[in-house]
Amino acid sequence: MATAVGALAHTEEHSGLWSWLTTVDHKKIGALYGITGFLFFLLGGAEAVAIRTQLAVPNGTVVDAARFNELFTMHALTMIFLAIMPMGAAFFNYFIPLQIGARDVAFPRLNALSYWVFLSGAVILTSSFFLGGAPDGGWFAYVPLTGKQYSPGTGLDFYVVGLMVLGLSSLLASLNFAVTIINMRAPGMTLMRMPVYMWIALVVAFLLILSLPVLTVGLIQLLFDRKFGTNFFTPGSGGDPILWQHIFWIFGHPEVYVLILPAMGIVSEVLPVMSRKPLFGYSAIVFASASIGVLGFGVWAHHMFTTGLGTVPQVVFSASTMAIGVPTGIKIFNWLGTMYGGNIRFVTATYFAVAFIATFTIGGISGVMHASPSVDAQHQDSYFVVAHLHYVLFGGAIMGIFSGIFYWFPKMTGRLLDEATGKLTFWLMFVGLNLTFFPMHFLGLAGMPRRIYTYDAGLGWETWNFVATIGAYTIAASVLVFVVNFLMTMRKPRTAPDNPWDGATLEWATSSPPPEHDFDVIPPVHDRDPLWYMRDHNIAMPAPPEHQHIHMPPPSYFPLIMGLGVAMMAIGVLSTFAITALGIVVVIYSTWGWVLEPTD
Amino acid sequence: MAAATHHTAPAEHATTMGIDHRKLLMWIFLASECLFFGSLISTYMVFRGDSIVGPYPAEILDIPLTSTSTFVLLMSSLTMVLAVYGAQHGRPTMMRVMLLGTIILGLGFLGFQTYEFRTFGAEGLVPSTNQFGATFFVLTGLHGTHVGVGVLYLASLLLASFRRTGLGRDQVLHIDIAGLYWHFVDIVWIVIFTIIYLIPQ
Ligand SMILES: [Cu+2]
Repeated sequence: MATAVGALAHTEEHSGLWSWLTTVDHKKIGALYGITGFLFFLLGGAEAVAIRTQLAVPNGTVVDAARFNELFTMHALTMIFLAIMPMGAAFFNYFIPLQIGARDVAFPRLNALSYWVFLSGAVILTSSFFLGGAPDGGWFAYVPLTGKQYSPGTGLDFYVVGLMVLGLSSLLASLNFAVTIINMRAPGMTLMRMPVYMWIALVVAFLLILSLPVLTVGLIQLLFDRKFGTNFFTPGSGGDPILWQHIFWIFGHPEVYVLILPAMGIVSEVLPVMSRKPLFGYSAIVFASASIGVLGFGVWAHHMFTTGLGTVPQVVFSASTMAIGVPTGIKIFNWLGTMYGGNIRFVTATYFAVAFIATFTIGGISGVMHASPSVDAQHQDSYFVVAHLHYVLFGGAIMGIFSGIFYWFPKMTGRLLDEATGKLTFWLMFVGLNLTFFPMHFLGLAGMPRRIYTYDAGLGWETWNFVATIGAYTIAASVLVFVVNFLMTMRKPRTAPDNPWDGATLEWATSSPPPEHDFDVIPPVHDRDPLWYMRDHNIAMPAPPEHQHIHMPPPSYFPLIMGLGVAMMAIGVLSTFAITALGIVVVIYSTWGWVLEPTD
Repeated sequence: MAAATHHTAPAEHATTMGIDHRKLLMWIFLASECLFFGSLISTYMVFRGDSIVGPYPAEILDIPLTSTSTFVLLMSSLTMVLAVYGAQHGRPTMMRVMLLGTIILGLGFLGFQTYEFRTFGAEGLVPSTNQFGATFFVLTGLHGTHVGVGVLYLASLLLASFRRTGLGRDQVLHIDIAGLYWHFVDIVWIVIFTIIYLIPQ
């Protein structure tokens, strides 16, 4: 009887706006992250198209210089913090519990809070366009340009506050993921039996946990410089603009790995399954990921070789930057070795994963070039750097994310994306990205500085700029094709099998899409590839007990209220302190409600 | 549906590492806090002696006063330990008295800090005065904020312990985790006190 009532109560809550606002289900929160991140990916893409349209021909007049500065700054911030990170968080949310054989994350309500805080930060940052101008000092916001003297408007205040809020969201999510992976693994899943993707999620969580506080301190100091007249970064009164660069890049370089590692993790899941072979060199890839996490904190000054660091720091950071290329290179061989001799299933997810290896390697190699201070000095602030970072972030992170979308879509929605349309997306995107970003190498070597809003004819930059713009429109077309595919697929019935690719990890052991409690019975783990082990040893999935009461946390509106409180605290900093004070009250009130709320 | 989702009391969840999720969360959060205070302290060190105008630290720091407030904060760690002891050994009165003692000592420290900030302001040192002012106020102010959050945290636990159900079956754990946070904030102060007040410039 009680069971029936419980089930009924839940079916009532399964749909409707209120269920989304109060959800604590990691799958729904993952979906929220994914949809929001993808919408911001479209916005960041629109900004990129505007930039490329302006630069298509010499002396372009699509936007003026001030708007252009806003566009390239917001393009970077949107893509990094509002698109790639949340899309990575979407997969982490959805698949961390499923891959380790848990029924949710360790702190379901904290997970909901992370999302609402993220949404607050994203809305605050983006609203700057309509509230006095967007940030326009580049995504790393170098002082003194971003100090009060040279950026008197409010744009940079939105940058500071927006990034603080987004950082809080990432910190909360990372703490949650770290505890979940360390502490909630299914019986038998030792650390060295975890899917590589889980290892990477753990490394990413710790990268964020240890690098975000550094950024927060820098942002607090920049805020004090701008609001309260301190001189942390203003030269002339004892301040030091180089300190900002150190602080920013101590965060910023680990952040680069936060962006690329999830894509590496996805590819490490897709390639073994599609090659029908276990991952080649599992422990090598695990140790490579962990050492990237450690070394990632010791390379930041390679962004600062032209600031006059001195010989010894240049040598040290040059050496550490070359060293971090080694574990990255190891992974390339792991992926190639995984495919070698495999009976490869060439579906869209495989296309994206294979292309990822190629395009990411191009970006990786141009990155190692910058480990040499003398080469770096030649490329500094030129389009060569733009080419490099887009090969890593588009050719790497975005290609990996698309591979993951096609791979996990049936698990998340119960529907398989259309393959023919998917391959069209792939080819348009693959051609488009190389058409856009490869010519930027030439432009950089031909002396075109990054972040200029226009250029004169006769400098030898016309052809490749035009080609790059054609590429940008090709990428836009590929994304459009994907959106059509997504919308068409979502109208189809849920016919996808539970394990369409014969996947090896636990998420494929449950239904597509999974029930609210994820698993009727937690599958046993005997091996790194538990489902293949069970298949090969004819072990059946254990049947769930007859009368099973699975306790799932009830929905809660306190995360939403607390998220609003955090938003108010942030908005107060941008307007009047009274709103911040009110926000603090809301946060304290919702903390109390949260703690006293029954979760049984 | 074979397994209906249902609200019953949760089964005892065994964790992989044998440590409670909440305690693990606090440990990892404190690792993050280390980097937070590490960055603030590093900034202080970077700008040490870089003030172009006064007041300079040697002129303005009142070492006997702050030694007293440091002693107050250290004593609060002692009362916190005793509160955890009281919780662990089923002595609720001891736990509550010691929590109250910790809260009062924490408030005492904040009182000293408020007095110090006001005195400095009267003597012409504000964050925008010089590099010492900027680094000093941001570092000690954010530490004071942590003490303030800790006071709210402990006061909430103390209040909740008077409910009919008290702090529930996880009482020891709740006090223990709060203790982790409190001791961490104390230890950070020892570092700050040493670097700002004790090492001569
Ligand atoms: Cu870097």
